[in-house]
Amino acid sequence: MSQTFTLDGKSIPFEDGQTIMQAATKAGVFIPHLCYHPEFKPHGSCKLCTVKANGRQTASCTMRAMAGMVVESETEEINAERRALTQMLFVEGNHFCPSCEKSGHCQLQATAYHLGMMSPHFDHFFPNRAVDASHPEVLLDFNRCILCSLCVRASRDVDGKNVFALSGRGIKTHLIVNAKSGKLSDTDFSLADKAAQVCPVGVILTKRKGFAVPIGERSYDKQPIGETVEGR
Amino acid sequence: MTYNLETAEHPERLRRVAIDPVSRVEGHGKVTILLDDQNKVHQVRLHIVEFRGFEKFIQGRPYWEVPVMVQRLCGICPVSHHLAASKALDIIVGAKKLTPAAEKLRRLMHYGQMLQSHALHFFHLCSPDLLFGFDSDVTKRNIVGVAAAHPEIAKRGVLLRKFGQEVIRVTAGKRVHGTGAVPGGMNKCLTVAERDELLKDIYHIVQWSRDAVHLIQKVHIQDPGLYNSFGIFRSNFMSIVGHNGDLDFYHGTLRARDDNGKMIFDGVDYQQYDKYIEEEVRSWSYMKFPYFKSLGKEHGWYKVGPLARVQNCNQISTPFAEHERKEFVDYAGGTPMHAPLAYHWTRMIEMLHAAEVIKDLLHDDDLLSDNLMVEGERQSEGVGVIEAPRGTLFHHYRVDENDLITMANLIVSTTNNNQAMNEAVRHVARRYLNGREVTEGLLNHIEVAIRAFDPCLSCATHALGKMPLSVELIDPEGQLVHSLSRS
Ligand code: SF4
Ligand code: FES
Repeated sequence: MSQTFTLDGKSIPFEDGQTIMQAATKAGVFIPHLCYHPEFKPHGSCKLCTVKANGRQTASCTMRAMAGMVVESETEEINAERRALTQMLFVEGNHFCPSCEKSGHCQLQATAYHLGMMSPHFDHFFPNRAVDASHPEVLLDFNRCILCSLCVRASRDVDGKNVFALSGRGIKTHLIVNAKSGKLSDTDFSLADKAAQVCPVGVILTKRKGFAVPIGERSYDKQPIGETVEGR
Repeated sequence: MTYNLETAEHPERLRRVAIDPVSRVEGHGKVTILLDDQNKVHQVRLHIVEFRGFEKFIQGRPYWEVPVMVQRLCGICPVSHHLAASKALDIIVGAKKLTPAAEKLRRLMHYGQMLQSHALHFFHLCSPDLLFGFDSDVTKRNIVGVAAAHPEIAKRGVLLRKFGQEVIRVTAGKRVHGTGAVPGGMNKCLTVAERDELLKDIYHIVQWSRDAVHLIQKVHIQDPGLYNSFGIFRSNFMSIVGHNGDLDFYHGTLRARDDNGKMIFDGVDYQQYDKYIEEEVRSWSYMKFPYFKSLGKEHGWYKVGPLARVQNCNQISTPFAEHERKEFVDYAGGTPMHAPLAYHWTRMIEMLHAAEVIKDLLHDDDLLSDNLMVEGERQSEGVGVIEAPRGTLFHHYRVDENDLITMANLIVSTTNNNQAMNEAVRHVARRYLNGREVTEGLLNHIEVAIRAFDPCLSCATHALGKMPLSVELIDPEGQLVHSLSRS
């Protein structure tokens, strides 16, 4: 028996247990998101995927779809809030797109474009975060971490290694490497790990690759976010 | 070669005139002049606020990020920094010799940059002074005034610049903040369509560049009294020269001559630059003062840029530019020309050479090859040098075993010209300001001298001459007695 709900007036079929995000993605409708990834359990932390379901705001990556539900996503009101959240992510870290090698492949940048973000709007925090270059193959640039926990989930649930963890609370939350020294070279992390592939921004980077892909051929040059079903 | 007028004997009794900021000079420049009650000049200093924090800022960053990151240093010639850094990092990744395609694509990018920067400097920033006179009506002395009086010249200026920017876009991916050069080579080649698009216009570009040389040559020759002496000082000069002593903006060895044209050093591998050049710090300026070690601080300073390059090389490899070089050398009478306003003439000869080289490269199928990368044995230290539009540019890096930058040293063109620009300003102050009331027209003379060198400061937002100028006269007691400003 197929059941449906409406998303911005469009009828979306779903199966029992599916979230709004999963059903929408399957139906080819894009909802902005950063901490959601189809292969992992939802985390529900970034709130970019917020929609109004039957008039109430909720994270679409964690909210289960229900028959007859009326969901609003692409409204000016909701996108204004998404834009503000994105702006906050930009100022909390050190994101300098023009000199970042993830530029053009970065989901945060692509989302900012998608939402029509013109400036960071808020004052920059300019946090002081070091890079970890100890691993021979991989560089960690914590300046750009948006705490989506995808690497934490990938390392724990897929690689069975638990290399990463989020530590601290509230605004003090930060990503750590699970080693006594805190250094990536003192873990069994490898470039082949799933965790090496999932970072939506420019934290977990293959060394010495840099700007190998020319402008015009980068992921989001070819297909802007939102025009692809999965968004990445 | 003296420090005359750098420091007054009794500064406490003198009036201070500050020209701040200098208009149509990119970024922040300030001239301070100390005058006594009779308006006699006692001290003149050009202060340039350079973006010094940068070398610290890139410490601890991964090396492959640097060629893109350093472009933030300059809004007018980011490509020069992009390429100088890439050349230094070629050494780090052991890429001793690039593939022919990569080298030619980089050269194309750089010569496109030369063309656009020289066109911008000459047409937008300097032609108002040269066509209308240094103390002509200030409301017309700008590119808008040029467009009204000489629409064809203004239009060509715009199109020459646009063409250069287009060359940059197809080689670097974007007109500003591109990524084309990477340590060990390039990340893209040209498509046939991109090349053909440029080929369509290149013959106009060469012709207009020839016309530009003739325009400035005529202006110069018509008024030798002014053009051969304005702001003049004698000095050593330096640049890189290519194969057989050819004029070369992309690669070569260091050559320096004294004020009579006698060789000081030649064929120097720039990896060894710090054995030949030292930088002096002076308490009153943020910008350092480089000099040749062998001659010492007092006599070892030098100038760089078009006037140095065109007189330092043995010849130019392209026919039209070589013809113009010979005309220039003949006019100078077989001895080096030192007049700052001759920078403009030589700058246009260089623009013509850039256009001719671009034309030749566009006929070379290597530009379409995707054989773009080489690597070799990893090194821990590298120097990259390039002739940027404004002169020799040094980038020097050390990288640790984790691939992070541990040391960066940059000597930018404007730093190389620091003492030279100060000398020119002092000469003009002595000649035009002594004993006279200070007017806008007189102050513009100072700026004309600075602009001849085309100092490359950090900000491109004032390119249309809109930067406000303020002048303050301060009496011997330090009281403001008069101020002058324009916007
Ligand atoms: S490193 Fe990347 S994947 Fe991991 S939490 Fe930070 S942003 Fe997310
Ligand atoms: S994607 Fe739903 S909260 Fe982040």
